[in-house]
Amino acid sequence: MSTASNTARANILGRLKAAPGRPGPDLPPWTPPTYADKLARFRQMAEANHAEIHDVTASNWPQRLATLLNNRGLRNLMIAPGTPRGDALVQAAAQGVPLPPLVPYDQSVEALKDALVHQVDAGLTGTRGAIAETGTLILWPTAQEPRLLSLLPPLHIAVLEEDTLHDTLAAAVRDQGWAAAGMPTNALLISGPSKTSDIEQTLAYGVHGPKELIILLVKKGE
Amino acid sequence: MAADGGHHPEHAPRFAERAPDALNNPQLRRNFRRAMDGLMAKRAAQFPDPAYWAELRARGAAVKARALAKLPDLLERLETNLTANGVQVHWAETTEEANAIVLGILQQAGARTVIKGKSMVSEEMHLNAHLERHGITAVESDLGEYIIQLAGETPSHIVMPCIHKNKAEISDLFAEKIPDQPRTDDVDELTAAARRVLRERFANADAGISGVNFAVAETGTLVLIENEGNGRLSTTLPPLHIAVTGIEKVVEFLDDVPPLLALLTRSATGQPITTYVNMISGPRKAGEKDGPTAVHLVLLDAGRSRVYQDVELADTLRCIRCAACMNHCPVYTRVGGHTYNAIYPGPIGKILTPQLQGLDAAGDQPHASTLCNACAEVCPVKIPIPDLLVRLRREAVRPTETPATHLPVVKDGGAERSWKESLVWAGWRLVYTRPLLYRMVTRALAWGGNWVPASAPLMRDWTKARARPRFKPRTLHDLARERGYLNEVPK
Ligand code: SF4
Repeated sequence: MSTASNTARANILGRLKAAPGRPGPDLPPWTPPTYADKLARFRQMAEANHAEIHDVTASNWPQRLATLLNNRGLRNLMIAPGTPRGDALVQAAAQGVPLPPLVPYDQSVEALKDALVHQVDAGLTGTRGAIAETGTLILWPTAQEPRLLSLLPPLHIAVLEEDTLHDTLAAAVRDQGWAAAGMPTNALLISGPSKTSDIEQTLAYGVHGPKELIILLVKKGE
Repeated sequence: MAADGGHHPEHAPRFAERAPDALNNPQLRRNFRRAMDGLMAKRAAQFPDPAYWAELRARGAAVKARALAKLPDLLERLETNLTANGVQVHWAETTEEANAIVLGILQQAGARTVIKGKSMVSEEMHLNAHLERHGITAVESDLGEYIIQLAGETPSHIVMPCIHKNKAEISDLFAEKIPDQPRTDDVDELTAAARRVLRERFANADAGISGVNFAVAETGTLVLIENEGNGRLSTTLPPLHIAVTGIEKVVEFLDDVPPLLALLTRSATGQPITTYVNMISGPRKAGEKDGPTAVHLVLLDAGRSRVYQDVELADTLRCIRCAACMNHCPVYTRVGGHTYNAIYPGPIGKILTPQLQGLDAAGDQPHASTLCNACAEVCPVKIPIPDLLVRLRREAVRPTETPATHLPVVKDGGAERSWKESLVWAGWRLVYTRPLLYRMVTRALAWGGNWVPASAPLMRDWTKARARPRFKPRTLHDLARERGYLNEVPK
C-alpha cells in the first residue's frame, strides 16, 4: 500500500470513527423457505433457468453422457483429471464407451488458453451440492478442477448427486459450514446457462459463458 | 427549481432544462415505458406473499444497518482478512485517488488492455477516460455497457445501462462499428456478434476490472452477481484483477449475504437469483491452474464518509443498487436516466448525487420528485427516500451544521438559499399570522386576482404547464360562513 493510500486509509477511518455512534439493530427473525420435496423444487427451478436435467445412475452416467454428446455432434469434451468425475470418464473411454476425445485441463490457463477460448466444445465439472429454492448448482473449483472449465466451453455439464440438495443458500452456507471451513479462491453459484436481456429485455443465451447447461442428476442407490 | 436568486455556477444544464427533450421524444418514452412495465411486473411476481416480503426486507434492512453501525470496524476486518487471503487492499478518498491507484497497478504490471465487468463505481470514477488518457484501452464487456461504450454514451439505468435503446438502434450501431456485421433484427445474432468480438478481447486482456456487490468482512470475500458470465471472465481469465467498490458495500458475515442476495436479484430484474454468483476470496494459489495471480481491491470513499456523519442521511448508504426505485418512479419512467445528468439516476440518485457532489452542483435533484412514495415502498432495504428528499431540500436553504467542524452537514448546504424566496415566505407568514391582514389580502385577490397578467413572475412559471387559476369572487371562508359554519362548528 502506497503512502497516499495509507493517508487515505487513516483519513477515511478517522472520519468514520469520529461520526456519532448509532446502535446496530438486532436482526429480526427471517425464516427461509423449506421444501417437502427438494428434488421436485430443484428440477422445476433449474428447468425454469433453462438448464437441461438428465437422470442418471452412478454406473451408467458415462454411457448416457456419450449418447448426449454424440447426438449433439460435439468434437471434444474437456475434463478435470484427478477429480472423481474426470477420472471416471477417462476410465470409461478406455473401456470403450464412445465418448468424444477427452481434453484434460492439466496445465495452467496460459498454456491452454487458445484451446479453451476457441476449440473446446464442452466442459465437465462436479458440484458441491445444489439449492432447491432457486435451482442453483454450487461449484467449488479446486487445483484439479479449474474455474474456467464451467465458463469458457459453450456447453457446461455438471454432475450433481441427488442427496446433496439444500433448501436454500442460507441453509447451504450454514450446513456446509462455509465461513468456518474457510472460503476457496472462488466459490460459484450457477443457475442456468449464461444469459442477457440487455437488448429490449429479450432473453438471449450464451452471451459470454456457456449457451447450454446440462445437469446429470445421479440418483441415489441405483 | 431554485428560485431566481439561486446562484448556479456554469455547470451542465439542470434537470428541469433537460427534461423537456426527453418528454418530447416519443421513441425514448416508449422504450422506457415498455422496459419499466416489464421490470415492475417481473419484480411483483417475485414477491407474491406480502408477509414474507416484509420479513425478508426487514432482515435485509437490518443487516445493512448493522453493518453501517460498525462500518469502520468492518472495513478494518475486511482489510485484514483480504490481506491474509493474498488480496491487496487500497484506500482512496477521492475518485482521482482511486483512478491513480488503478492506473499505478496497471502500469506496474505493464498492462495495455483491460476488460471490464459492469461497475457503477468505475463510472463514478470516469475510469475508462482516465485510462484512455494514459494509453490503456478499457473495453466494457457487459453487453449493455458494451453497446453504450460503442455509442459513446453513458448508462441510463444502473442495472440495465442501455435500456434507452431499442433493437433497431443497436442493430445500426453494430453494423456501423463492428467489421463485417450485417444489420439484423435478431437479438440472438446481435448477442452472438458481441460474443465474437468480446471473446478476443477477453483472451488478450492484460487485466480485468470489476465492481463488487457485497464485501464480506468475516471471510475476506468479494461477492459479484451477474447473468452474462462477463464478470466471471473479467475476474478469472486475465492475469490481474482489480476490483473497485464504495466503502459502504461491506457486510459482516457470510450469513448476511443470502437475504441481501434474495432481495437484490428479485428487486432488480425479477429473478430469484442471477445466473452467476461469483465469490472471490483471493488470487490463484500455488497449484491452481487459472485465476488471476494478483487481486487488488480499491475501497473508495468519494463523499461517503461525509454522508455517514449524519445518522438520518446515512440511511442512503444502505442502498444495494437494485434500481427498483427508478423502475417504479413516475418521474424516472418518463424522462429516463440521462435527464438526471448524473451517474446514479432516479430516486437513489436524487438523494445520493447531491450528497456526493454537493448541493451547489446537484441541489435541484431532490426537487425532481412528487414525493409519491413509490420508491420507499419498493426499496428492499427500506431507505426512506422521500423523507431524505425533503431533508435535502431543507439543507439546501437552511443547512444544519456538523457540531465538530461547523461545516454544513451536506456539502454546499445552503446553496439554494435565495432572498426572493425568503421574502415570499416572510410575506406569507406576515399575512397568515394576522387575521385582519389575511382577510384584506384574500378579499383583494378575489376582486383583483384575475387581472394579474399571465406574464407576472410567479404566474409565468406556474402557467407554463398548467391552466391559469381563476379566482372566485368569494372566498371559501365566505361560503362556509354563509352555510352557517363558524370555526368548523355549525351554528
Ligand atoms: S435506494 Fe433502494 S430501491 Fe433504490 S437502488 Fe438502492 S436499494 Fe434499490
